[in-house]
Amino acid sequence: MRNQHERDFGQSVDWKLVICYLVLIIIGWVNVYASIHSAEPASIFDLSYRCGKQTLWIITGFILAAVILFAINPGFWQSVPIPLYLFVLALLVAVIFFGIEVKGSRSWFEFGPVRFQPAEISKISTSLMLAMIMSRNNYKITKPGNFLLTAIIIGLPMLVILAESETGSALVYVGFIFMLYREGLSGWYIMMIGMAILLFILTLIASPFTAVLVLIGVIWFCNITNYRNFIPNFLIEAASICFLAFIPHIWGQISEAAVPAAGAVISTAERIAGSIKPVYLLIGIIVLCIPFLIYKAYKNRNSFILASILSFLCGLALIFSTEFIFNDILQEHQRKRIEVLLGMKDDPTGVGYNVNQSMIAIGSGGLTGKGFLNGTQTSYGFVPEQSTDFIFCTIGEEWGFIGCAAVILLYIFMIWEIISDAERSRDPFTRIYGYCVACCIFMHLFINIGMTIGLIPVIGIPLPFLSYGGSSLWSFTVLLFIFIALYREEKKYF
Amino acid sequence: MTGNNENRQRSFKEKKLLIGLITVAAILLTKLFVIQIVDDKYKIDALNNSMVYDIVYPTRGIIYDRNGKILVGNKVAYDILVTPRQVQKFDTLALAEALKIPPDFIREKMAGYTKERRKIGYQSVVMLKQLPPEIYMRFAEIQYKFPGFRGQVRSIRDYPINAGGNLLGYVSEVDADYIKRHPDEYKPGDYAGKTGIEAARESELKGENGYHIYLRNSRNQIETRYKNGEMDKEAIPGHDIKTTIDADLQQYGQELMKNKVGSIVAIEPSTGEILAMVSSPCIDVNVLADIGKHYNEIIKDPYKPMFNRAVQAPYPPGSVFKLVNGLIGLQEGVLTPDMEYPCHQGYAYGSHKLGCHNHRSPLDFEEAIMMSCNSYFCYVTKSIMENKEYRTIDDAFDKWHDYVESFGFGKKLGSDFPSELGGNIPTSEYYDKLYGKNRWKFTTIISLSIGQGEIGVTPLHIANLCATVANRGYYIIPHIIKKSDGVEIEPKYYKKQYTKVDTLQFHKVINGMWRAVNSGFGSGGTASIAAVPGLDICGKTGTAQNPHGADNSVFICFAPRENPKIAIAAYIENAGFGATWACPIASLMVEKYLEGKISEERKPLEERVMQGNLMPNVKTK
Repeated sequence: MRNQHERDFGQSVDWKLVICYLVLIIIGWVNVYASIHSAEPASIFDLSYRCGKQTLWIITGFILAAVILFAINPGFWQSVPIPLYLFVLALLVAVIFFGIEVKGSRSWFEFGPVRFQPAEISKISTSLMLAMIMSRNNYKITKPGNFLLTAIIIGLPMLVILAESETGSALVYVGFIFMLYREGLSGWYIMMIGMAILLFILTLIASPFTAVLVLIGVIWFCNITNYRNFIPNFLIEAASICFLAFIPHIWGQISEAAVPAAGAVISTAERIAGSIKPVYLLIGIIVLCIPFLIYKAYKNRNSFILASILSFLCGLALIFSTEFIFNDILQEHQRKRIEVLLGMKDDPTGVGYNVNQSMIAIGSGGLTGKGFLNGTQTSYGFVPEQSTDFIFCTIGEEWGFIGCAAVILLYIFMIWEIISDAERSRDPFTRIYGYCVACCIFMHLFINIGMTIGLIPVIGIPLPFLSYGGSSLWSFTVLLFIFIALYREEKKYF
Repeated sequence: MTGNNENRQRSFKEKKLLIGLITVAAILLTKLFVIQIVDDKYKIDALNNSMVYDIVYPTRGIIYDRNGKILVGNKVAYDILVTPRQVQKFDTLALAEALKIPPDFIREKMAGYTKERRKIGYQSVVMLKQLPPEIYMRFAEIQYKFPGFRGQVRSIRDYPINAGGNLLGYVSEVDADYIKRHPDEYKPGDYAGKTGIEAARESELKGENGYHIYLRNSRNQIETRYKNGEMDKEAIPGHDIKTTIDADLQQYGQELMKNKVGSIVAIEPSTGEILAMVSSPCIDVNVLADIGKHYNEIIKDPYKPMFNRAVQAPYPPGSVFKLVNGLIGLQEGVLTPDMEYPCHQGYAYGSHKLGCHNHRSPLDFEEAIMMSCNSYFCYVTKSIMENKEYRTIDDAFDKWHDYVESFGFGKKLGSDFPSELGGNIPTSEYYDKLYGKNRWKFTTIISLSIGQGEIGVTPLHIANLCATVANRGYYIIPHIIKKSDGVEIEPKYYKKQYTKVDTLQFHKVINGMWRAVNSGFGSGGTASIAAVPGLDICGKTGTAQNPHGADNSVFICFAPRENPKIAIAAYIENAGFGATWACPIASLMVEKYLEGKISEERKPLEERVMQGNLMPNVKTK
């Protein structure tokens, strides 16, 4: 019996995940040391510097991991979510009033020398809560009541975190949509989010006209794929979209021709021609089609057309509110970051500075990098936040493309492994929780690295396991090890 | 069956998600591949090269006086930078000789750099600061012998005229504390204005640092400009500032105030522009240029030259405050200009007597101002405080307080000069607290009648009073910055601030002030010494008690009587009667400003003022 138990102990833990975790932690530790290395020559264990403190966080992180793995009964996690979720929510609200202000956002508590960010634990509590609610027997995401409940569980902490102006942390919650998709949510929701981002960007960098045109094209295309005779329909669509694209040109010709022809009433004609923008013409044409489409939908009992019309109207609303969202809802720094990313404004010394410096640092690493502690861009402080949010620069500069690829692949492997484990487990609680963990790590990975290499606007969130900082390191350790513990319990069924 | 179907659909979804994950990884890796391997834009060289940022410091904005004369300009100086990693063996003695410093200085510095070599890394550090061009040129000739040493141009402040040391303020390198207080704005090595105009207008004056990016090869030598300077940023020079100061007048004021403690403030009444603001003793501009070296001796100076008396010292105003009480009396209707009050060398109340000097009695309002009769204004203030219209003295006093405050007293005027203080005008609550409600009466506060007691006003306040009288009832907040290209001033500096006294009352006071100056010696006018033929100066003397030694000498005046061009207040500590020192000083200033020179018959007076040394009278605590 004893032997049996020992074998279980060794085999039941998913060692691949644990090793992944350890390797990432060590990479992070070494790079935190490298990122501050030449500015402050010190031992890696010196507690007055960041690398020394990081050592402390790592050791305490290990202890936490061990406690979760060996001391806590995994069943505990199934009973704790509701109180934990409410408690963390209360903390999130409290931090707005009692927290200290760090770089413009109120999201940190300070106890003497220790600071901690409730938003980090909130990922854990929300994941547990989702796992508990969604693993109930009669739960089905397609039921409106259940869907609403899920949306509230995700939305509440997200809104509070937004109120703390921690946009980055709030954005991570969007990632839960992939878990919801896995649990039965229609793929159209992901599609819609993608479409909204596309329309937003198109409106900003091209014009509302282009955005409307693309919107019509996509919706039409989605409808065509439902018909049997796909190719002729597609050709008709392509032709009409091309025709619509020429509206501004044609309208320009007409209004030019109209002015001399009108003769006596120049001013009126001019005013009418000038005041109608081509985009309104385009929308007018489409809106005229709507009654016909509704009739068709009614006749064929085709709800897809109705949904299309609804999406078209939503898309239109988004396009026309883009200007407003961009100028009035977004904060100054967010607007500037988006402008720099989309190339609307070039600003290498101001807002673009971070990204430019970070890309120079990573770019200068080349294929193999400059070698450990030999980075010059990061260690001379050209890159801001180099040991926290921009830690990836140090890796890029000192270890080159090979190092970056290794780190990214390690993450991908880890996420893949978590998803496979989740799929293999029988208890839906473990599966859903596993997907939540995978989503969190994925969002952090994509946003953080995307930001350092100029793929997305600068959004300050840490790179899991690598960035300096106790809050982030501990919460990711706990997040991951709860899953490992849950999965270990699962394995005993095999 | 359905369960099976659902499972199949689910695993289909899992695959889709995994494909998505791989796609995202591929996107990240592709972008990395592009910036690390394909694109040269972000890649400098695989051979351990990197960029060197050479900071280009901007020149600070120039400060002009109202006539376009430069008060503060810039001159070139050089810092000597060392990059310890590039230094090879060199001839210490030759370098010390060229830089005119002791060889040990260099040895100590180099030893220090060796100690901190890891912290310094490939960076350059400043070894010597602000060398004059002559010395730098000598070094530049032999620079090739000293690899690792180079010069960096800096522009430092230059003061062509010795005027307005306190006003201008100084510039010095920012320290750690300053950087902490202005996060993201300053870096070590930057300069910033610390006091006076330099501090008040720092954001306009400072300009913006630029940088040149150079590439360093694997042997740490600078090779070329990065991308031919495409990514460089040129320094943006600071905005020039035009002040309202008249440099000549300011300088003349400083000469007059030599060896005296106190201040002079001159204002152009119609605009509120400060023409001169002298605080004596003041800081010599040569000291200002190199404040770091002289800082300790300035701090130790018992006369506190850093202390800007013109805006920071609260003094009792003395007899010039009689103008305010008189105006309030007229406005309240408790006084008419032809009312006469007796004076028998003072105003007796109970067993006390508030003394006055010898003059004829009785006097009417104009004569009381002209001769500065204490008794008269005790009567006036008594009738203000005991006005039957108000139920209690508290109410009457509050009314009086409102009037006084409308002249700008007892609060910061709101000038654009930093560190202005508000002074003090007591309130009825104050006396209630001190003596108890209804336990005090007019005689308790009798000293307020003649501008003594609990009143504290700055010379700027007094000058502002003078400007208010000159304008017949309004003032414009005194200010020191003029609107010019790129420099805006707040709208409040154009706005007329009316007092609560009707503008029609002011000519009666002005008549008295005119007679005080222009009635000739022997008439009893207190300020006859200030008279300059043709200038129509109107003035009022004051003698304020100073608990530390001799009385303070006060004088305000404006000229000409119609459309005044200048209103001035002079406040000299421990100098005796108003007529003795403040009066000649202020009148000389007026003459200088309006005539451009001092007439022959007044030269001896100027001589006497300039030679006068009142420092022995001043007690330093």
